[in-house]
Amino acid sequence: MRSAAIDELELIETGNGGGAILPPLDGGGDDRRRWPSPEVSRRASFTGVQLALAAIVMFFMSLTSAYIVRKGLGTDWQATPIPRVLWLNTLILLASSATIELARRRSEGQSAEAREAQFSRWWTITIVLGVMFLVGQLFAWRQLAAAGMFLRTNPSSSFFYLLTAAHGAHLIGGIVALLYVGFRNWKRSRITQETAADLAALYWHFMDGLWLFLFALLTLGR
Amino acid sequence: MTSRMNETAPDGAERTASPGCAKRIASNQRGSTAPAAMLALVIVVMTAITVYIFLKKIWWFPPSITDEGAQFDAQFLRTLVITGVIFVAAQLGLALALFRYRDRGQRVRYFEGNNTMEIIWTLATLVLFVGLGIYAEKAWASVHFVDASPSALPIEVTGQQFAWNFRYAGPDGVFGRTRPDLVSASTGNAVGVDPADPAGKDDIISPGEIVVPAGRQVDLILKSLDVTHSFFVRELRLKQDAVPGMTIHLHFTANTTGTYEVACAELCGLGHYKMRATMMVVSEADFEKWLQEQEAANQ
Amino acid sequence: MATHEGVSAHAHTAPTGFLWKYVFSLDHKVIGIQYYFLALLSVFVGMALSLLMRLHLVWPAMKLPFIPGGIMKPEQYLALVTMHGTIMVFMVLTTAPQSGFGNYFLPIEIGAEDMAFPILNMLSFWTTFVSLLVILAAFFVEGGAPIAGWTSYPPLSAVGDASGPGEGLGQTLWVIGLAIFCLASLIGALNFITTTVDLRCKGMSLMRMPLTVWAWLVTAILGLLAFGVLLAACGLLLLDRLAGTSFFIPGGLVFTDTVMTAHEGGSPLLWQHLFWFFGHPEVYIAILPGMGVTSHILSNFSRKPVFGYRAMVAAICGIGFLGFCVWGHHMFVSGMSPYSGFAFSLLTMTIGVPSAIKTFNWLGTLWGGKITFTCAMLFALGFVSLFVTGGLSGLFLAQPTLDLYFHDTFFVVAHFHFVMGVAAIFGIFGGTYFWYPKMFGRMLNEGIGKVHFWLTFVGVYCIFMPMHFLGLVGRPRRYADLSGVNFLAPLHNVEYFISIAAFITIGAQFIFLFNFLYCLKWGKKAEENPWRGTTLEWSIPSPPPFDNFAGRHVQVYRGAYEFSVPGASQDFIPQDAVPEKEGGIH
Repeated sequence: MRSAAIDELELIETGNGGGAILPPLDGGGDDRRRWPSPEVSRRASFTGVQLALAAIVMFFMSLTSAYIVRKGLGTDWQATPIPRVLWLNTLILLASSATIELARRRSEGQSAEAREAQFSRWWTITIVLGVMFLVGQLFAWRQLAAAGMFLRTNPSSSFFYLLTAAHGAHLIGGIVALLYVGFRNWKRSRITQETAADLAALYWHFMDGLWLFLFALLTLGR
Repeated sequence: MTSRMNETAPDGAERTASPGCAKRIASNQRGSTAPAAMLALVIVVMTAITVYIFLKKIWWFPPSITDEGAQFDAQFLRTLVITGVIFVAAQLGLALALFRYRDRGQRVRYFEGNNTMEIIWTLATLVLFVGLGIYAEKAWASVHFVDASPSALPIEVTGQQFAWNFRYAGPDGVFGRTRPDLVSASTGNAVGVDPADPAGKDDIISPGEIVVPAGRQVDLILKSLDVTHSFFVRELRLKQDAVPGMTIHLHFTANTTGTYEVACAELCGLGHYKMRATMMVVSEADFEKWLQEQEAANQ
Repeated sequence: MATHEGVSAHAHTAPTGFLWKYVFSLDHKVIGIQYYFLALLSVFVGMALSLLMRLHLVWPAMKLPFIPGGIMKPEQYLALVTMHGTIMVFMVLTTAPQSGFGNYFLPIEIGAEDMAFPILNMLSFWTTFVSLLVILAAFFVEGGAPIAGWTSYPPLSAVGDASGPGEGLGQTLWVIGLAIFCLASLIGALNFITTTVDLRCKGMSLMRMPLTVWAWLVTAILGLLAFGVLLAACGLLLLDRLAGTSFFIPGGLVFTDTVMTAHEGGSPLLWQHLFWFFGHPEVYIAILPGMGVTSHILSNFSRKPVFGYRAMVAAICGIGFLGFCVWGHHMFVSGMSPYSGFAFSLLTMTIGVPSAIKTFNWLGTLWGGKITFTCAMLFALGFVSLFVTGGLSGLFLAQPTLDLYFHDTFFVVAHFHFVMGVAAIFGIFGGTYFWYPKMFGRMLNEGIGKVHFWLTFVGVYCIFMPMHFLGLVGRPRRYADLSGVNFLAPLHNVEYFISIAAFITIGAQFIFLFNFLYCLKWGKKAEENPWRGTTLEWSIPSPPPFDNFAGRHVQVYRGAYEFSVPGASQDFIPQDAVPEKEGGIH
């Protein structure tokens, strides 16, 4: 004999996948899929982004360990001077994390239009700041090149270009995501724009944190 | 676990065998004895042949010529016996199970597991495997955890695409400096000895042939000029990669005279298969004689 | 459809148009079949390469097809070795069991209508396809395919043409193709994990999931964490090859008396560490799904639950976790610290324990059962035998003392072929014979299948068991020719035997191919549950409708292996069979 308590446990344990909500009998006039339910879609999207971040962590951890190993070998490691603009870039990226949070927070008591406007405004500012960061990284590269340090100059400079390029590439992906969130028609999607914004923000903050880590590695681990 | 729910699904319907379910599992055989017997037989025969070949040592290692090699052989035998017993037991167990329990219309003995057995065989396996691994440590340690003794004979081994060159330090006991830009096969400077270094003047280069005295410890100093190679002599039961940019030591004491082959054991390019050399283990007296001949040729 | 309760609403619209239905389909079933066919094509290419290798080894003067110039040169042999390994490991073993069957059956077995991210699923297939094209392109460029093995150790693989033919554009394409494959695999892994974690139907708790699903889940986790490392390694290698960096290339290298000045200070061992940190989990990615399928099939055709389900789950997780801790056992003689070697050795011996548990439990599943010898069952039984053989040879290689002799000999080739090149393949065959009715709505011919099984089972033992003996004699790997070293001369008879066995066994696979293709059109029509199975794929039509469960709400009430339950009305209880009202104990 099973008790109700055990059934509850079961429900918590099980994903309770798509079964919670019945699809409309008429199938709906549009072709939006009703499975899985919106809550599950939202949760699954978060799982997906978190897993992607785990894979990205492994990628950057490999580069980091290569950095540490390569530095410990041999005698040809020469500390790469850190272009000053990197400090500014870091501030810009930190600011963009703040603005993305401002975008996400929709204050109570505002009208729907006001909230939309607030979101749009701060979301756009975040994108602009992201682009500014990338431009700043290019400046840093030019400064290094002007000082005669290129990709192949010595292992330290190799890693400098490699790590900043890898981070920059992932950040471009983030900017594309931000643009997508800002400009796509979300009415015909399984998830809401709010959810999409939350997902993009998670990724964005991670990129910010990753930059802080890489920056520390490049400056302190020189 | 069988669910012992007594309530029904919301609409009270029951799903047992639906029309789409086969009455019997489709199979081309009338009864299961033929395939069961055949499979059991194949497994048993395979096991028997394998055991036979190992017991009779039809294809086997060449005799080892070092003490460490003897330790290798002992550990190999230990491992072979243990894995052999497990191999025979598992394969025969599989053959027995599949034959004994072929479908003859019998009732199935329903059980989902046995925790006691799980614990027992997990612990037994753990103890056996890890024990074997720890036991093997002694032989590994004697090769790698201990440096060569200071009185060992140092011989530099340089691998390149596709040859082995061996260098002896000569009477002064010091290896001369080498420079990669001085490597020149055509002028006989296979390892790039720097003529400006006086210590290198008496170095003996032996292309393709390494001569070692029996009973004396030898300290091989492995290097590579280009890509990763691997120095392998079967009778020593030793192998070590020669990695460019690294200097790796490997020591042994050969105790049986003879001529043995050195093969390359790390893919190094198109000539990998013919990158062989010869190792000659000779008596101490013969070794001194050989050294003197080489030094005379150097003059 | 009348027996299915619930709504017959059309929750989705099926795709229309050839492109959306068969080419860029978002349906996990179509994508699974696409992956399967990619693997099927790749395995025949891989077998052709190995056949050419075996022919050359015993008849070196023979003029061979597909070889420019007829008589094979050493670099051509090494190119075959490299591409055989690459294609088999990545395009067959990483693809068919996981991306092929997993894509098809994971959603169904957990009661979902599709994967979590169908668009990403479609993209991951086509990205894999592109990676295959890029890798195969290496054959057709100047210099030919790379010669550094599937392990691609630098400096051989990093310095370009200087180290040999095939090391130019061919090697670069290989690295790029592999990097693309990494991206595809990462996306796929993400999809599998999300689906399993979030989209299980009502009642499908973790401990009720079939072992196939557990295997796919843990395999996906391994893939998610490992492929990023390979991607990084490929990136670094590409930079060394093309951009003049020195991650892996030390200084002062001399090729044909010329010093290479462009690089300095790099470490070949760094590549090995990165590669094998990926490479070891990779081989567990290759075998775990096969283990899951084997458990599934053994249970079904013994009419008994899997013995020790919880222990099996723990073993899958244990193998997955430990798989990340043992990579150094590929590097005992590499120049790595011998103390690390000892640590890796103990961990490697430990990973034998969960594998042993699985073997015991497979035997326990059979014991007391009532076994029907369908083709699927034969391959599952064959898997157990082959895995025992292959796993035990690993115990030798795990000990660095013994590895000093066996490393880079045919003993290693024997070991990994038994576990990967045969056991994992038997997992794919078993899955094929088992699931073909569901996927294509037709039965494979059991008689022809049995001929395939016998020839293959005997054949692979004949090919790979003798390789252990070659290893005992010390026969090194990747030798393009056996005349270069004297101690190989007595082994010619063994090499002949292996080549003949390979020829016959490869031929037998065409029997399988014929059966497969013929029955697509002319096979006997399959019913919904031809094997009287319990898991959810057997509760839907063969082949399933577009959205798997036709809008029905799936609910699961019991574990996945309820066979021969005492007191039940028949010898199996489907997972989603509703329990009886009163007094019933089903």
